[in-house]
Amino acid sequence: MSINVSGVTKKFGDFVALDDVSVDLPTGQLTALLGPSGGGKSTLLRIIAGLESADSGTVTIEGNEATHLPPQKRNVGFVFQHYAAFKHMSVAKNVAFGLEIRKRPKDETARRVHELLELVHLSQFAHRLPAQLSGGQRQRMALARALAVEPTVLLLDEPFGALDAKVRKELREWLRRLHDEVAVTTVFVTHDQEEALEVADEIVVINDGRIEQVGTPDQLYDEPANDFVMSFLGPVTRLGGSLVRPHDIDVSTTEEPGAVRGTVQRMLRVGFEVRLTVALEPDHAGAAASLSAPTERETVEVTVTRATQRHLHLEEGQQVWVAHTEGARAVPERAVLPTPLASGA
Amino acid sequence: MTWFSLLVLIPLAAVVLTASTNGWDGFWTTVSSSQTASALRLTVLEAIGVTVLNVVMGTALAWVLVRDRFWGKRVLDVVIDVPFALPTIVAGLVLLSLYGDQSPLGIDVANTRIAVFLALAFVTLPFVVRTVQPVLESLERDVEEAAASLGASRATTFRRIILPSLAPAITAGAALSFARAISEYGSLVLLSGNLPNRTEVASVRVLSYIENGNEAAAASVAAILLVVALLVIVLLDLIQRRVARRGE
Repeated sequence: MSINVSGVTKKFGDFVALDDVSVDLPTGQLTALLGPSGGGKSTLLRIIAGLESADSGTVTIEGNEATHLPPQKRNVGFVFQHYAAFKHMSVAKNVAFGLEIRKRPKDETARRVHELLELVHLSQFAHRLPAQLSGGQRQRMALARALAVEPTVLLLDEPFGALDAKVRKELREWLRRLHDEVAVTTVFVTHDQEEALEVADEIVVINDGRIEQVGTPDQLYDEPANDFVMSFLGPVTRLGGSLVRPHDIDVSTTEEPGAVRGTVQRMLRVGFEVRLTVALEPDHAGAAASLSAPTERETVEVTVTRATQRHLHLEEGQQVWVAHTEGARAVPERAVLPTPLASGA
Repeated sequence: MTWFSLLVLIPLAAVVLTASTNGWDGFWTTVSSSQTASALRLTVLEAIGVTVLNVVMGTALAWVLVRDRFWGKRVLDVVIDVPFALPTIVAGLVLLSLYGDQSPLGIDVANTRIAVFLALAFVTLPFVVRTVQPVLESLERDVEEAAASLGASRATTFRRIILPSLAPAITAGAALSFARAISEYGSLVLLSGNLPNRTEVASVRVLSYIENGNEAAAASVAAILLVVALLVIVLLDLIQRRVARRGE
């Protein structure tokens, strides 16, 4: 195991950022620490890097006890959300910084800087200042700078968080390809489930200072350990006492066995998909029969394709029957239900 | 440009013009007379000394004010401006009562060159602090963390990352502090005693020339100060460029 975190607790005043966290992050893989803001994922990353010290617990990197090592001695590369560029130095000098600190020979440094700038496609910008680069380019420079010292592990703290949606998408595909080329153990923090699902080999879901689940993207998506993981990885809705994805619900305009009757309350088309809010009939929903006013009835969110909507001629106010799609994953709800997140949040 | 001309260029030209009314010989006789020359030398040397002190202490003070947390920090933050806000003659009075011959602290530096230095240091203290402080506040901590994770020690990070970022602010503060120091009058006039050839500074010399009706001589001394100020500003700019490049 490349990075081993064992029993780490970190408090900021009364706030518990990490509560007895233990996790192993495998060598050579791209791991995502995924969770909501303030959940402790950045703190965990900073503790691994030595930028923050744990109140208790240990960190080992490649078998070396690192708990009390200063960041200078850990040989980790760190990439910050806001680039942390050395503003008064050219791009090439930024990348060379770590090598100059290590007093490498000049020609070796120059060669290595050249290689890295090729790798991150910034060769033609070598003599520019960071302020003359776009956000995406600056982050690539920061990545090259971190890789220059040949770190044992590469840590990225919300690396694409400050970039706009399109650049973010490009960069995460690029990061995946880069990782396949360089194959350094990489850990990145994100609150974007799509980013984690798309890029990572393994995802660690962190919430409220605790690890909720560790697994591959498919494992997490198909077999969420609990309702938090399920609702964090994508939109969820409630039907028949369990949590289910809105696109895992079948809609029909005729009565089906096992289906629940309801009325289409609201319809919102977003590109190729149509989101329906279906108000269930009280007697079928198992809710208190007294809640008969349409607005107070239990509702379920359903996502269908535009084609389905046209085929069924779905409209607001229409009566429909909804049921779980066969083979879909449903998780029984816990007593306290977290707010389901909208897709793409 | 008109505004700038009215405010700065025309008065400056007038000073130089007045200085030249006695011709080159008159100018030279004035500034090379032993009393004036020693006043000029004293003023420039003390101003340089005070500026160097301010660059070091001012940066350190700004650092403490921004980075450290301690009891009374806010009070200190306000008090720093007091020497600047105080009418200079009041500052001179305060210094005289504290460090004069009736010093309650037992420190008597009246009528010495130390008195001049003390007075200059007192009134120029805020300049570097106030120019460096906002820049230091806006420095991002993650830049220093990035340097640390790349293996740079605290000292290296300071020398190669922080100092180059602060250089323009330090230079600006140093220029202000030097300019104030060569022109200072009120705060040192009481404590220094204005002894010719010993503790008399250029501004006192200018005033006594004017009082004696010798305006051309006064303007000659002023012109020298002008040239010195210009030289120092250019010099500081060169130093700043060098330091800013040190990080590379």
